[in-house]
Amino acid sequence: MRRLFSYMKVHLLESVLAPLFKMLEATFELFVPIVVANMIDRGISGRDVPYLIRMSILLLVLAACGLGFSIIAQYFSAKVATHTAQMMRDDLFAHIQTLSWRQIDALGTSTLITRMTSDINTVQNGVNMFLRLFLRSPFVVFGAMIMAFTVDPHTAMTFVVAIPLLFVIVFAILLITMPLYRKVQKQLDAIMRSTRENLLGVRVVRAFNRQESEKKTFDKEASGLYDRQIFVGKISALLNPLTYVVINLGIVAILWIGGRQVYAGALTQGKIIAQVNYMSQILVELIKLANLIILLSRAMASARRVDDVFCVVNSRQDGTAGFPEAEKGGGASIDFCHVLFRYEKDAEPALCDITFHAEAGSTLGIIGGTGSGKSTIVNLIPRFYDADSGCVSLNGTDVRTIREEDLRSHIGVVPQKAVLFYGTLRDNMKWGRKDASDKEIYEAIDIAQAREFVERKGDGLDLMIEQEGRNLSGGQKQRLTIARAVVRRPDILILDDSASALDFATDAALRRAIRSQMGKRTVILVSQRVSTVRSADQILVMDDGRLVGHGTHRELLNTCREYQEICESQMTAEEIQADRKGDD
Amino acid sequence: MKEENYYDKDQTDKSRKKKKSTMHRILLCIRPYLPLVILSLLLAVVSVALQLLVPIYIGDGVDVIVDKGRVDFPALLQILKKIILCICLTAAAQWIMNHVNNKITYRIVRDLRVQAFHQLHEVPLSYLDANPAGDLLSRVITDVEQLSDGLLLGFTQLFTGVITIIGTIIFMATLQPLATLIVVVFTPLSFVIARFVSTHAFVYFQKQSAARGDLTDLTNEMLGNLKVVQTFGHEQDSMEEFAKRNGELSGYSLKATFFSSLTNPSTRFLNALIYDGVALAGCLLCFLSPFGGAVMTIGELTSFLSYVKQYSQPFNDITGVLTEFQNSVASAARVFELLDTGKEPADDNDAVVLSHAKGEVALAHVAFSYVPDRPLIENLNIRVHPGKRIAIVGPTGCGKTTLINLLMRFYDVNSGSISVDGTDIRHIRRTSLRDNYGMVLQDTWLKAGTVKENISYGKPGATEEDIIAAAKKAYAHSFIMRMPKGYDTEIEENGGNLSAGQKQLLCIARVMLHLPPILILDEATSSIDTLTEIRIQKAFDNMMKGRTSFVVAHRLSTIREADEILVMRDGHIIEQGNHEELLKKNGFYKKLYTAQFERS
Repeated sequence: MRRLFSYMKVHLLESVLAPLFKMLEATFELFVPIVVANMIDRGISGRDVPYLIRMSILLLVLAACGLGFSIIAQYFSAKVATHTAQMMRDDLFAHIQTLSWRQIDALGTSTLITRMTSDINTVQNGVNMFLRLFLRSPFVVFGAMIMAFTVDPHTAMTFVVAIPLLFVIVFAILLITMPLYRKVQKQLDAIMRSTRENLLGVRVVRAFNRQESEKKTFDKEASGLYDRQIFVGKISALLNPLTYVVINLGIVAILWIGGRQVYAGALTQGKIIAQVNYMSQILVELIKLANLIILLSRAMASARRVDDVFCVVNSRQDGTAGFPEAEKGGGASIDFCHVLFRYEKDAEPALCDITFHAEAGSTLGIIGGTGSGKSTIVNLIPRFYDADSGCVSLNGTDVRTIREEDLRSHIGVVPQKAVLFYGTLRDNMKWGRKDASDKEIYEAIDIAQAREFVERKGDGLDLMIEQEGRNLSGGQKQRLTIARAVVRRPDILILDDSASALDFATDAALRRAIRSQMGKRTVILVSQRVSTVRSADQILVMDDGRLVGHGTHRELLNTCREYQEICESQMTAEEIQADRKGDD
Repeated sequence: MKEENYYDKDQTDKSRKKKKSTMHRILLCIRPYLPLVILSLLLAVVSVALQLLVPIYIGDGVDVIVDKGRVDFPALLQILKKIILCICLTAAAQWIMNHVNNKITYRIVRDLRVQAFHQLHEVPLSYLDANPAGDLLSRVITDVEQLSDGLLLGFTQLFTGVITIIGTIIFMATLQPLATLIVVVFTPLSFVIARFVSTHAFVYFQKQSAARGDLTDLTNEMLGNLKVVQTFGHEQDSMEEFAKRNGELSGYSLKATFFSSLTNPSTRFLNALIYDGVALAGCLLCFLSPFGGAVMTIGELTSFLSYVKQYSQPFNDITGVLTEFQNSVASAARVFELLDTGKEPADDNDAVVLSHAKGEVALAHVAFSYVPDRPLIENLNIRVHPGKRIAIVGPTGCGKTTLINLLMRFYDVNSGSISVDGTDIRHIRRTSLRDNYGMVLQDTWLKAGTVKENISYGKPGATEEDIIAAAKKAYAHSFIMRMPKGYDTEIEENGGNLSAGQKQLLCIARVMLHLPPILILDEATSSIDTLTEIRIQKAFDNMMKGRTSFVVAHRLSTIREADEILVMRDGHIIEQGNHEELLKKNGFYKKLYTAQFERS
């Protein structure tokens, strides 16, 4: 909440003036019944035509002033609301960029996106309506009552009864229906889920001949929705009739009490009419007020959700050292020393006591099943996550002491999921290094074995890539993400299972190219394929977060049972036999 | 259809026609509820008439309260009783009317939604493949919802609005024709003003939603792939781009919000002017007598003024309803479009039931293409003897999925034929054909529901023992038991709480349970961890024993052990034979095979 107000404070003047002008507008509206009452009492009984004309001009002026004030107020509140939302979005976006991977995992990207879009929109809308109505509506309701008292306290007593009664009715119905409407929404979500599920799984549904039962399930859900809608509808349909009854009973009371007052000579006919008018004015504003409160409670919930994200602060200390260059140019040695890592506090360790050393300029293969910890190992190197205990160091320097920007700019990562961004191919390649020349980019594309299809597309580096790279096949995307990392000319190149969509021939050519054309760098190949890692200088075999084997292809074939099993499923017996002996 | 072609030149005419036909369809949907609609209309007339009577009585009441000592209390009491009766009846009529309207709307909407969903299961698969799931989803959900909003508003506000306007004019005219004229002539002006403002605001609204779309795209892209952004240190650039688009949005948003917020003040202003005019004219008419004698009493003036207020309100409402209704008609058109899509042709009357196939599958001269002028499969011939294993090998996009589509009869061949046990599959009932196939696709799909429900999906009502046995054979039992509630654990939508490997294991268990004579297996490439995969392979081998199987193969062992290998490329089978034969051919297969073991 405080954050929201601090944004509104930037436009303090507008934030104060908007409701004030709205109130002025309402004030002018409140004068109308009095003027009309005077027209009746003085104008008609006195047959005073000039007076009537003067009064009607007064009404005109009141209306014009009301219009003017209201336009000013609308502008101010629109301005405050849109600018508040704009600033919030900018800040939130910048804030999210600083979150750590652990925090991103915990929050979930889809949550972050909804906070950023629909929640902030709700806040914007809430601020706008708040500035317009939060003073106006209560002001009109209570103002009408006060005016009624100045006209005649006796008849005005009806207001004292009617207003609280109306409040109770309106809010009782709101409070009862709100959770019911949420239930309706939930059921609608369920229907949406069923539909989406059936659309995605249509082949399976048809293969198992389950169309009829799926239809039946859906029919039941649709009827459930209907029942809930009708139920809540019955209650919320009470709002209008009940308030109508109360207001009109109020008028009846005014007439009866007013009649006695007039009889006693304490009141005039015109004043009774004024009281009746005030009574009818209340209703509209009260309904507006109720709607405003719903809107505000929604906006507050959204503001709180946005605030929750702001409250997640990345407390990790950045290092101060520069990137430790290798003694003899190119590459960096990597050391893991008794590294233990958990994704969540009480979870099973994702990495358990991992220790290994990789020479600068060597190739390290990591093999193992899904969830065995392969990716986790490589994610610790650019400090996407920090080890819970033990340490990771490059060229002998603990990664935690290196400045993050420096560290990451020396590492090229090809993530598992091939993601490209909307823009030209050149833009995408420059993610790797901003000042890369076209020539350098083409070299990278060559190494990534992507030259052929890039040329086939015909637009060269100006090839437009759609969002998420939708206009490319999986294998094409993967090759381009490899090129993007290669453009960086990193000391350490990490390919995290990123050749899975490539056929074996391309995969082999890619590895050859990296070896021969990229000079001395440390290369890490994460894979499930023996063929990808077999020629690495050393291979780590991971199983369930543990390092179960460590050595060259031949050594592992002779010593590591898990590695043997993997090889047996992917190679012929003769080949394994040949590799064991090692005649290469 | 032909008639429509006639109008091809005149686009607006055509769209108007379409709109008309959509309206017609909507009316057809309403027809079953005609009695309810009539009831709703009657109630609307009753409640509006009663509502309009009240101001008259109030005016009467004011008229008997004249001055000091001149109040006719018995008459006043009489009048007040009438008012109370009126308001009670109005309230009751209103409530029942609202309820009836809800009933009509929600029933129509439920019917439509159910129809639309059923339609999804009856259209040919080609339709579902050609239309993005998101689009179809929004037809069943959002569009139907929009129609519901429109109908509800239409029933509640349009009916009563129109009746109120007509009723008020009649009542006012009987009270005072001259003053009525002022009201009738000027009030529609507010309609015009509202229209004017909203069309201008609409331009900005469009720009706003375009800018918002842009910003959302960027947000999705950059936050959805935040890890990649951070990996490449691209935060600063994406922040700059964001700020730029955010500024644009803010500018349009300000204009859209401001202009649209002008509607209410300006119509309120106009109404105030009319009120003013009537008040002046009314007052004058109370004592000036152009035709001799006072034309209006003070009570009548009171009633009249409250009519003026009641009269202008529906105009504002109706403007809102009309825009809402326009959107609804557009939405309804999209729903009807889905409903009008041709269904998958029904089975032939003489189609046979294939109870338990031996498993002989033959493809003879099969040709197929998704798009008429881009042939994909041409003259494909395969004969598979019962119990044989066929491996399908080839790069992505080579037509493996298409082959599965044809075997399962998700699509029909363009020419040639596919037969099972010697019967053309077009002469076999679809359900019985598919009963004979078991399918495990790489693209794993699970239902939201318990593990148990998912495994027994192909065989509802299977016993718990059978389910567990199937899970054990699929090596899924141990991880299922490790889940919080074992077999009763709820699986989230599309297996959100499972790893890719676990999902695949469940899909295998699903097929294990009902074990049909012919199998279609799409081998996992990377989602199952290597050790589990080895075990699954053994389970697969058991499952395939004695069963005809088609395996989209990635693993060497599967390929080698197949009775026949189909090497596919660009929709054609370019090589065919067993492992040794193909190696000898020294062709594409050899190339694929050696690539895997080439030393780098």
